[in-house]
Amino acid sequence: MSNIWKLFTAMAALIKRDLSLVLRRKNDSLATLFFFAVVASLFPLGVGPEPKLLQQIASGMLWIAALLAAMLSLNRLFADDYQDGTLDLLLLSTIPLPLAVLAKMIAHWLSSGLLLSFAAVLLALQFNLSGESVWILFLSLLLGTPIFSLVGAIGAALTLGTRGGGVLLSLLVLPLLIPVLIFGAGAVDAYQAGMPVAGHFYLLGALFVLSLFFAPLAAALSLRIAIE
Amino acid sequence: MPLRNINWFKYAAPQPFYGLAGKLIPWFAVGALILGVAGLYIGLLIAPTDAQQGDAYRIIFIHVPAAWMSMFIYLLVAFWAAIGLIFNARLASMLALSLAPTGALMTFIALFTGALWGKPTWGTWWVWDARLTSELILLFLYFGFLSLHASIDDPRRADRSAAVLALVGVINVPIIYFSVKWWNTLHQGATISMTKAPAMASQMLLGMLLMVGSFWLYSLATSLYRCRTLVLEREEHAAWVVEEIQ
Repeated sequence: MSNIWKLFTAMAALIKRDLSLVLRRKNDSLATLFFFAVVASLFPLGVGPEPKLLQQIASGMLWIAALLAAMLSLNRLFADDYQDGTLDLLLLSTIPLPLAVLAKMIAHWLSSGLLLSFAAVLLALQFNLSGESVWILFLSLLLGTPIFSLVGAIGAALTLGTRGGGVLLSLLVLPLLIPVLIFGAGAVDAYQAGMPVAGHFYLLGALFVLSLFFAPLAAALSLRIAIE
Repeated sequence: MPLRNINWFKYAAPQPFYGLAGKLIPWFAVGALILGVAGLYIGLLIAPTDAQQGDAYRIIFIHVPAAWMSMFIYLLVAFWAAIGLIFNARLASMLALSLAPTGALMTFIALFTGALWGKPTWGTWWVWDARLTSELILLFLYFGFLSLHASIDDPRRADRSAAVLALVGVINVPIIYFSVKWWNTLHQGATISMTKAPAMASQMLLGMLLMVGSFWLYSLATSLYRCRTLVLEREEHAAWVVEEIQ
């Protein structure tokens, strides 16, 4: 029992470390938020300001903007630690690598996805979404953004130290996240069409649980391949 | 001949594989040509006109074999990549890398011919239903696999990283296959199943199966050819390659 407690404290220490690093350089997560706001503002400028149209495409646009913002923020997940050698120490330590990676994924979500979900509520006002729709959008993003961090970390680990940078990571990870986008954005659309949304949330939940279990394993394997 | 005296892994080494593949490729190529001609002859000239779609359905003889091969080749890529990752077998990873471009081509052909078929029959080039979307995702997964491999300099590390990616994406293949069963899609359901007689005329079925065989042999021929080239590239330091190239 004490071993499990030690694992928890180790993971908590890792999360705390990552969060304090993020807080020291607030620029990274703030830039992600501003990118989200800018992209979400680009859509109405591109498709035209008609309120009814914006109401219809709002959920999809905000989801896509959140997805792109999350993709950009994934680069820094392992890169900084790789540069200064912390990642090597992490691989050599006794904490199982999948759990260490999961701790980093949790810290990443807390500093990006969670903030994006709250920002989406504010931006939804620009698109005339009704109160209930905004609530459903918030909940769907709250369930979907962890999946971005989980699956995105696999891409971040695979592209560690390669040429191609963020574009390659996005190319690898976006196809895997398409189902999340479909069900997440579809939840709000279903609500607006008067259809039940529970199914969308069940499927989002299923995707979350699947990635919660498998993504740390895949990301840990990718890290070992990338580092050696 | 006692079983324990047979070297089951003889062709897991690059040099024997190179020789065997070199001997097999002409047979596969000729076989693909023969089956292709036979399949197209039956499909275009002998098979009856469809009651609902007229003659527009005949693109099925390209579309369905390409779609089947696109899914099957992805499973093969994932399988050989896994073998290469688990057993550190470099030829298995080379084979996975050789299969991927052919698989991507098959996926593109399936999507393209599907669009050509959809315009006269459904009235639209494209629709975002489950099967078409998941087949498009498959194309992106192939591109991702090839891009990741190309962006890493060290070949063995590239093999292993791309293997992880291929394995993560393999979940998409059952989704494509069962998409017409799980969702209400515009794409039609399965006509051929393991449990009942096919719901299509026997000449159509024969033509389609001949074309599947043709595409299969074509994929084998091109992938093995590509793999032979890859073997020469990667093993260029070996004495047998130096002799071979001269």
